[in-house]
Amino acid sequence: MKPADVLRFAAAAAAGYPLRTALMILAMSIGVAAVVVLTALGDGARRYVVNEFSSLGSNLVIVLPGRSGTGGFNPANAITNTTRDLTVGDAKALLRAPSVLRTAPITVGTSEATFNGKLRDVTVVGTTADYLAIRRMEVAQGRFLPDDAAQTASVAVIGAKIREELFGPEPALGQMLRVGDRRYRVIGILAQSGQGLGMNADEIVVIPVAAAQAMFNTNTLFRILVEARNRPAIEDARTEALEIIKARHGNEEDVTVITQDAILATFDRILSVLTLGVGGIAAISLAVAGILVMNVMLVAVTQRTGEIGLMKALGAPGNAIRNAFLTEATLLSISGAVFGYLIGEGGAFILRNLYPTLPAYPPNWAIFAAVGTAISTGLLFGVMPAQQAARLDAVQALSKK
Amino acid sequence: MPLIDLTGIERVFTLGDSEVHALRSLNLAIEAGEYVAIMGPSGSGKSTLLNLLGLLDRPNAGSYHLEGRDVTTLSADEQARVRSERIGFVFQSFHLVPRLTAEENIALPMTLAGIAAGERKTRVAQALKDFGLADRAGHRPDQLSGGQRQRVAIARATIMRPAVILADEPTGNLDRATGEEVMRLLEELNQGGVTLIVVTHDTVLGARARRQVAMEDGAKVRDES
Repeated sequence: MKPADVLRFAAAAAAGYPLRTALMILAMSIGVAAVVVLTALGDGARRYVVNEFSSLGSNLVIVLPGRSGTGGFNPANAITNTTRDLTVGDAKALLRAPSVLRTAPITVGTSEATFNGKLRDVTVVGTTADYLAIRRMEVAQGRFLPDDAAQTASVAVIGAKIREELFGPEPALGQMLRVGDRRYRVIGILAQSGQGLGMNADEIVVIPVAAAQAMFNTNTLFRILVEARNRPAIEDARTEALEIIKARHGNEEDVTVITQDAILATFDRILSVLTLGVGGIAAISLAVAGILVMNVMLVAVTQRTGEIGLMKALGAPGNAIRNAFLTEATLLSISGAVFGYLIGEGGAFILRNLYPTLPAYPPNWAIFAAVGTAISTGLLFGVMPAQQAARLDAVQALSKK
Repeated sequence: MPLIDLTGIERVFTLGDSEVHALRSLNLAIEAGEYVAIMGPSGSGKSTLLNLLGLLDRPNAGSYHLEGRDVTTLSADEQARVRSERIGFVFQSFHLVPRLTAEENIALPMTLAGIAAGERKTRVAQALKDFGLADRAGHRPDQLSGGQRQRVAIARATIMRPAVILADEPTGNLDRATGEEVMRLLEELNQGGVTLIVVTHDTVLGARARRQVAMEDGAKVRDES
């Protein structure tokens, strides 16, 4: 039998039982679509997080108080293991490092902001003038915090949403805004920027760091943001920052310094594994679909026993019959895979429309894996029924029907 | 040299713990171009004999020479090749593939044998004309009458130009007039030189053949021309 004839024969056989074929293709396509949609979701989440981190600002090194991870036994730990607070002084000291361009201390807390009888919960960020540049933010109106040494001025820069909700159509610049039990003069309004890693920059009130420390009655900092001179300098900035803080903290390494790249790589890895896992779970449905192919093909062999007997009587050798059934199983799998891929892409498209912030595109490897698995399971599970058809006894097969 | 030469054929089926001798020490020689009816009641072994002649079954003992060649020792694929090229089957229940058109059913043996599409087309067109089916080419079996179906089956059996046609109760599912028409068709083919072997329990039908072989309990009881 010529390959083209085998193909035509198998296609006609599949088309000869439309309901059976449709159900089979549906089962296979659900499996493939599940893999495509779920990996699109997982990969979308990964890209979302990666984007969020990039929006934090580039060449970023973050210093946080406390030591994370164990460094083995240190004799110093036997005497004391109290962590020293990060201070504004630490932040200033970091500027001495040759690889460091800017630093910004951060104190964060929540408080209530009131203006003209309107009250709203806000996130208060205490920092210095360089914060704006490090976070790559922009001021829409007015100006950012002044670059003064004391950092205690009662001035505030507010997010776009705060402005809109508290001031409405009235001009906000120059107004006195009450935050907690103090009053601040609004000197600037941040440009709308949207999400930034859980902290919505449109809903913050930025005040000088010392004022914020006074407000929250603390001496410590939440973070110190450090900007390296350029990308290659990030690693140097990290080690230098660690050295300086260590020297200032009685030679004890009681801070953790992380680079944005390291966080990014970790999240990237975690979410890639997650995507792989979700895809793997979806792939189970492909195995189920494969067993269904086998089931359907076994039914087909039983249904067409008379026909198989006839083909043998007409001089078809065993392998011609096997090829015909195997081709049919493969055709069913391929159409299921193609159909499923289209459904999956459609599903991902709907997801993207429902959640525009989530870039839910299925990764290429997932598409190849899903379609490849579908076709190979179909082929694999088609072998047994095809063998069975080829081995049928011609006399018995002919007497059936 | 006879076309078909069976010597000392034995065929034993095991049913549970009892053995059934479907064929016992059978000798039969058929010359090319003969018209033979194999008759007998059901269970006489005539269908087993037909299956053996058609290489669908193997004897437990004895030898079968087709055109001088011992075909009992051939492998399954070699036997398939002999079936494809030298033997045509006509069945009582027609055995047409329901999803294929008359044209495609007739072409099926050539498709299986791997003959090129162009060659298939001309030979099928000729066969459709010869068997009066030219206007039924695109019809599927369920759109054809019983007589037309059997004519499609006969066209299919002859499309590979076999040496012998094995017909198993070819008129069993047809009314008298249509059966008569089908038998005339087969006999015409025989007159054209093809060896025709008809298996039937119908004595009237068997009487039309030039040679009658009667079977009983797996043995040949009468063989007369």
